[in-house]
Amino acid sequence: MKILVGFKRVIDYHVTARPNAAGTAVDLAGVKMAPNPFDEIALEEALKIRDAGNASEVIAVAIGDDKTPETLRTALAMGADRAIHIPHSGDLEAFEVAKALTEIAKQEGCELILLGKQAIDTDNGQTASMLAELLEWPQALNAFTIKLENKQAEVTCEIDGGLETFSFSLPAVISVDLRLNTPRFVKMPDIIKARAKQIDTIEYAFIPSRVTINKVFTPQQERKKLMLETVSDLTKQLEGQL
Amino acid sequence: MSNILVIAEHDGKNLSASFAKLMGAASKLGGEVTAIVAGSGVDDIVNKVAQTAGVTKVVVFDDTSFVRPTAELWVENLAPLASGKTHIMAAASTYSRGGLARLAARLKTVMLSDIVAINGADSFTRPIYAGAVNADIKVNPGSEPIVMTVRFSSFDAASEQAAADIEKQTIVAAKVANSSTDLQTSSSERPDLGSARVVISGGRGVGSKENFALIEKLADTLGAAIGASRAAVDAGYVSNDLQVGQTGKVVAPALYFAIGISGAVQHLAGIKGAKTIIAINKDPNAPIFGVADYGLVGDLFTIIPELIEQISKEKAA
Ligand SMILES: Cc1cc2nc3c(=O)[nH]c(=O)nc-3n(C[C@H](O)[C@H](O)[C@H](O)COP(=O)(O)OP(=O)(O)OC[C@H]3O[C@@H](n4cnc5c(N)ncnc54)[C@H](O)[C@@H]3O)c2cc1C
Ligand SMILES: Nc1ncnc2c1ncn2[C@@H]1O[C@H](COP(=O)(O)O)[C@@H](O)[C@H]1O
Repeated sequence: MKILVGFKRVIDYHVTARPNAAGTAVDLAGVKMAPNPFDEIALEEALKIRDAGNASEVIAVAIGDDKTPETLRTALAMGADRAIHIPHSGDLEAFEVAKALTEIAKQEGCELILLGKQAIDTDNGQTASMLAELLEWPQALNAFTIKLENKQAEVTCEIDGGLETFSFSLPAVISVDLRLNTPRFVKMPDIIKARAKQIDTIEYAFIPSRVTINKVFTPQQERKKLMLETVSDLTKQLEGQL
Repeated sequence: MSNILVIAEHDGKNLSASFAKLMGAASKLGGEVTAIVAGSGVDDIVNKVAQTAGVTKVVVFDDTSFVRPTAELWVENLAPLASGKTHIMAAASTYSRGGLARLAARLKTVMLSDIVAINGADSFTRPIYAGAVNADIKVNPGSEPIVMTVRFSSFDAASEQAAADIEKQTIVAAKVANSSTDLQTSSSERPDLGSARVVISGGRGVGSKENFALIEKLADTLGAAIGASRAAVDAGYVSNDLQVGQTGKVVAPALYFAIGISGAVQHLAGIKGAKTIIAINKDPNAPIFGVADYGLVGDLFTIIPELIEQISKEKAA
């Protein structure tokens, strides 16, 4: 069984995004980029499944600009067997991402697709469901634990009020949440080994986004920022509200 | 004129507080609203929905399969209702998001997550990059229906009306097999985190699960909901559904207490809607003080007991 993992290149999560001077997009010039943290978790899980003997190959896929292969090198260093880069720069709807991933999944004959619950730049949280719909496969979102046995999946998901478990058979799409695992650290020898691994480039004819971003701005936060000395100062300030 | 489909969330017993606010959002678009209630034995909820201002018609998916519906079931039953609709809306919750995204793909239409402002029938505002920035967006003509999830806390609740018509829908089975086989909900006597007036959140600084009792005591003194940072959840102090932030709950209380929380951008993403933020942290340089209305520098283990004592005294007086 082959596993496909979405591995998006995004702004590093330690960096606070700021609008560009024109206020038309987020300023990414010179900003540190990194794999989407949720995608590292997805990849870690795929590697665990493979290493437990439940999958033969793990393929990382990223749609992105010409720097994206750098990010895919991280996936290979973590242990992905192969990587696919689909070149594209600029905004894309999650639907377009899902369509492109559908093509790859079909070409490769993947039976499990692991994605992040959301990309931390768009914060869409849509791709996994859309992909599942296009492939007519079951979905499980925000996985907390994943159990696989003979292509039967039991996935416990983080939901608004607790945890819910879904049972279905593969092929399927699963999106992962933060607590599923802790991604491994990449070591120097892994990076060197990864250089020998293959990154294929596959072209896809994306339809331009049907959503235009007119303005990007930092939300106005009018906060008092009053530093108080004592607990009494606080209760005084909050009088009538406590 | 808009012709909107709105999903009414509930827990089987009570209509979610999100619904009136969703209707508040829908009222910004104007036009007709068909509200969907799915479940089994939910007549009381259906009636409440019918009496929410702005609802033109209620469509009920009355079936046991909808007690814990899968996204695969939702899409089959929502798709037939989508024709002629301009907008399809639900709360920005894990419950609705999966079904709506699946629906958007089925309809090959546009989906927008986490709308915080409606500026026109095709113009919206949503946070991106963990809420560090907001984006004003416009949907191209001809991309209807626009499927969207709404941060309901950003909208005012709709009032009441005389009951709208109620219609039962025949249920279609899911084409893709998936089933919900277990549900563990954390029942709590405390108010719901998403709609509470006061939220007390603890972070890694609280130090242990046992110490979290102090946060709980303060919450109980104030009749508040409890929240937490990711670090506190990961360390096992509280359950995951109490996480506030980019990947957790978005809260909009009148008072938000951040106790032993540093103020990472991912945490702040969840508290932008709070009216007043109170930060208690022993590190005077903690970033949380930069976004708080009131800050107290000091050890939470001395500050919180003192705060509880003062509030209790005042309440007794
Ligand atoms: C993809 C992604 C998504 C994320 N999503 C979220 C999210 O949704 N929500 C979220 O919260 N985080 C999220 N995070 C994590 C986030 O980046 C921070 O790591 C986290 O918020 C830190 O939690 P904290 O403030 O409790 O811990 P810390 O940063 O360790 O802060 C602890 C604070 O407690 C103070 N303290 C310690 N002892 C005391 C004491 N005795 N009295 C008073 N103060 C004390 C310290 O001074 C410190 O400021 C996410 C991270 C990633 C990568
Ligand atoms: N450009 C991309 N390249 C690879 N994977 C992606 C891309 N965009 C989204 N994904 C996958 O879809 C998940 C959810 O993204 P989103 O729906 O945009 O929040 C991400 O965590 C990735 O796993």
